[in-house]
Amino acid sequence: MPSWITSPRDFWTGLVYITIGGGALWLALGYRLGTAGKMGPGYFPQVLSVLLIGIGVIALLRSVMIKSQPVSHLAWKPLLLITGAIAAFGTLVQGAGLVVALLALILLGAAASREFRFDVKAFVGMVVLISLCGLVFVKGLGLPLKLVGPWLAPAFQSVLRTLGVAP
Amino acid sequence: MDIFDSLALGFATALTLNNLLYCFIGVFLGTAIGVLPGLGPAATIAILLPATFALPPVTSLIMLAGIFYGAQYGGSTTAILVNLPGETSSVVTALDGYQMARQGKAGRALATAAISSFFAGTVCTLLIAMFAPPLTEFALKFGPAEYFSLMVLGLIASIVLASGSIVHALGMIVIGLLLGIVGTDVNAGTQRFTFDHLELADGISFVIVAMGLFGIGEIIANLEHEATRDVSVSKVEGLMPTRQDWGRMVAPVLRGTAIGSVLGILPGGGAALASFGAYALEKKVSRNRAQLGSGAIEGVAAPEAANNAAAQMSFIPMLTLGIPANPVMALMIGAMIIQGIQPGPGVIKEQPALFWGVIASMWIGNVMLLILNLPLIGLWVRMISVPYHYLYPAILCFCSIGVISLSNSSFDVYLMALFGLLGYIFKKLDCEPAPLLLGFILGPMMEEFLRRALLLSKGDPMVFLTRPISLTMLILAAGLLMLVLLPSFSKTREVAFQEEAV
Repeated sequence: MPSWITSPRDFWTGLVYITIGGGALWLALGYRLGTAGKMGPGYFPQVLSVLLIGIGVIALLRSVMIKSQPVSHLAWKPLLLITGAIAAFGTLVQGAGLVVALLALILLGAAASREFRFDVKAFVGMVVLISLCGLVFVKGLGLPLKLVGPWLAPAFQSVLRTLGVAP
Repeated sequence: MDIFDSLALGFATALTLNNLLYCFIGVFLGTAIGVLPGLGPAATIAILLPATFALPPVTSLIMLAGIFYGAQYGGSTTAILVNLPGETSSVVTALDGYQMARQGKAGRALATAAISSFFAGTVCTLLIAMFAPPLTEFALKFGPAEYFSLMVLGLIASIVLASGSIVHALGMIVIGLLLGIVGTDVNAGTQRFTFDHLELADGISFVIVAMGLFGIGEIIANLEHEATRDVSVSKVEGLMPTRQDWGRMVAPVLRGTAIGSVLGILPGGGAALASFGAYALEKKVSRNRAQLGSGAIEGVAAPEAANNAAAQMSFIPMLTLGIPANPVMALMIGAMIIQGIQPGPGVIKEQPALFWGVIASMWIGNVMLLILNLPLIGLWVRMISVPYHYLYPAILCFCSIGVISLSNSSFDVYLMALFGLLGYIFKKLDCEPAPLLLGFILGPMMEEFLRRALLLSKGDPMVFLTRPISLTMLILAAGLLMLVLLPSFSKTREVAFQEEAV
């Protein structure tokens, strides 16, 4: 970061505002503007986008005029693991079922912590948490989620059959 | 209907076995999640919202209100026991409360907090019952121009009275307003900002935004500073305040309640401002002011009464005008819309049972807090002591299942991850996500009122200035903004919120 940017925080937020505002304006220009008396779908979003770009410009001006603490680096590990864990849950929950999706969510999510150790205590905690979620949300509240999804159902059935618990 | 008939209707609604049960569940769950360090009321409500969707409207609002009081009280418990205030309004409580706890008076500090909150809650329930109906009558005279100006005033006031930079709060509001536009335009049927995704045609559910920003974003931010978390809980014994404690409590509680009731109606940082204000007043007038900061009971009683009073009074703009004063009320309004109720002055006429039921349940919720929390304190202490790395995977699970339960769509889950990312980045850049949520809830309403106002005036923007109520509100909004730009005021404002940084 060049030295004349004395408030990096304002610099970055300014960029965020201008990016979002610019993107929104570009999209909103495609919607009919209408007139003030008969507003089209584009009127309000275009006004807001221009406003946001304006606020972004003010933030950029502030970034060279005032002084503030530097912004610390992003914590990539928790950021990627937590968002990744949630995305994995979203991908797995319909096909593989709730149990597998929660397994992925908890394991990936928990790995984001510095304290993460996969020991007996953590394993028991995970089993309890998954059972609790299954009991409360699927059995109790009756959410339309499958514990074992269609991707795994045939395999699950055959395992049960080998064990002799299913016909 | 006079006020007593109305309250009778309210209690008849709130005291049915079912509603009582859900009020209890709400207060219990709210406290349980609220005591967890780092989770404020907004995050707690966001996490527990999906649990209320299957209930009938009255019951679900009663439960949500219960969650809110529970979370608020839970936050004070954590502030007193481990000096980790979950929200700005309990920062002040931590100052003296934690000192009391370290001196072995944790039980008395907790009891003081509970009793002060209960007293303030009782007074404010009555105040709401008295002032909500006339305010509603007044609000019924509002046309679209007045509503638009009122929302502008609400948004401006919410950032002036809150802490942090004005520019960034404005930016967050506008981003929120833009996010509120996503979906099908009601008038023209145009798809706006949907990127051809059918899932976005109905707009983004506010549950996803709230959970992402407050729940997930918070988790990522907490994990960044994981090593600094220290949760050694003080021992709790001797709950009953002594006779001397009672004597010292009365005046601060009365003063705190008064300050909280006045500041609470204002949009924005009502609760936080109220507890800071109450503490500052005690510093000036209390007989034991020298002890403040080193474990004085006044330092717990006054801010706790004030923040509970303010939290309760923020229901007034929500119930009468349909306008959220803070993110918690924004969540309540979102929940009402999901239940098919259009928040606003019409609610009291069309759904009197709901309106008065919620008000009566406020008092019942406060009673439950008082009887429930003191015996259960052992359980809360155990909840606080659970290490964070065992806790947050559970929060992740609840949020993810909560979002998938909305419409059984994986897209919603991805969207929550995206808002989690945004929430973390905003936090990193010191931008509070609360104004964004306010803008998000108000966005569609503001556009509709703006459109209608200008349609009626045939496109003449002067309509906002020629109608007296609308003009008054815009002048107030402009005045507030000017005030902030004055160097002397902004210095005072900085000082007022200085203690938050601690």
